[in-house]
Amino acid sequence: MNSLWLLVGVVLIAVGFGLWRKWSDGRLREDSTESEVMDSLLSVHSTPGAPEGQQQFDAQTLGILLGSQATLVQFSSAFCQPCRSARLLLANLADDLPGVTFVELDAEGHLDLVQTLHIRRTPTIFLLDSAGNIKKRAVGLPRKSEVVAALADVV
Amino acid sequence: MEAPRDAAEEHQRLNAESFGRDGIDPRGPRFSAAITSVVLAAALLAVPSSSSGSQTVAVVLVVFQTLVFGFATFRGLDAHLYGRIFRSVVAPRLGPPAELEDQAPPRFSQLVGFLFMVVALLGFFFGILWIAQIAIGFALAAALLNAVFNYCLGCEMYLLGARIRART
Repeated sequence: MNSLWLLVGVVLIAVGFGLWRKWSDGRLREDSTESEVMDSLLSVHSTPGAPEGQQQFDAQTLGILLGSQATLVQFSSAFCQPCRSARLLLANLADDLPGVTFVELDAEGHLDLVQTLHIRRTPTIFLLDSAGNIKKRAVGLPRKSEVVAALADVV
Repeated sequence: MEAPRDAAEEHQRLNAESFGRDGIDPRGPRFSAAITSVVLAAALLAVPSSSSGSQTVAVVLVVFQTLVFGFATFRGLDAHLYGRIFRSVVAPRLGPPAELEDQAPPRFSQLVGFLFMVVALLGFFFGILWIAQIAIGFALAAALLNAVFNYCLGCEMYLLGARIRART
């Protein structure tokens, strides 16, 4: 292989990937997990009376106390640069907004959930409504204004 | 070698506040990643396009980078050669950092870099140059992402590894 072309290719790919990540990182999106995944999630953490067609976190199984209005769930890991900033941001938001709770879970300690929810990197943040249904997902350090707007939609 | 005393004390105090004694200046790993990028780019360019060409320069550069990654991985970031250059030469001219960060993620990324270097050396050893080129290329991409965008690509390998281990 010609090393010069390889070097040019690596630099272009790295810069392109970096720019794409910079653009997409932390954006809150509608959660697009497939319905079959939902079924397996519900069977892993079966919740009686869960509404059809929506994913739900079983608060009891996870040891989570759901907020009366909304819950922010952050999956973190031991080797994660932006997890600390994400935690500070979300914990502060939860402190300021009544009825909003922030929960941080260690991804390694919940690998079954990591698999069913297709979590590939940390931090991954879920916004849950008062019943524990997943409304939004963000991968990477979220943006404060987006989280505030999304919380306003749910509350 | 040593940073001015008051800067060193300030550094210690900030450390103690947020991370016990483990906090590091986040600009250190980025500086290290920039030097790593230069070394790996040079190593990549030095790989001959056929196995009849001389590999000496490329092998020396990769061995050197392997040692840098290895010391940082197994002896801690205090033993990182580029990190030492940052602390003794660069940091005193920059002033104290705005905030500190945990040293576990960058240290883990040095392990990932070390493993790529081992693969590259195996490629050289067995004369399969494209394996060396690919391994150096991946490590270079990760180092560039760290230096330019402050992304720790190596850190993401951790969760992916944990997922694979859980499945098997």
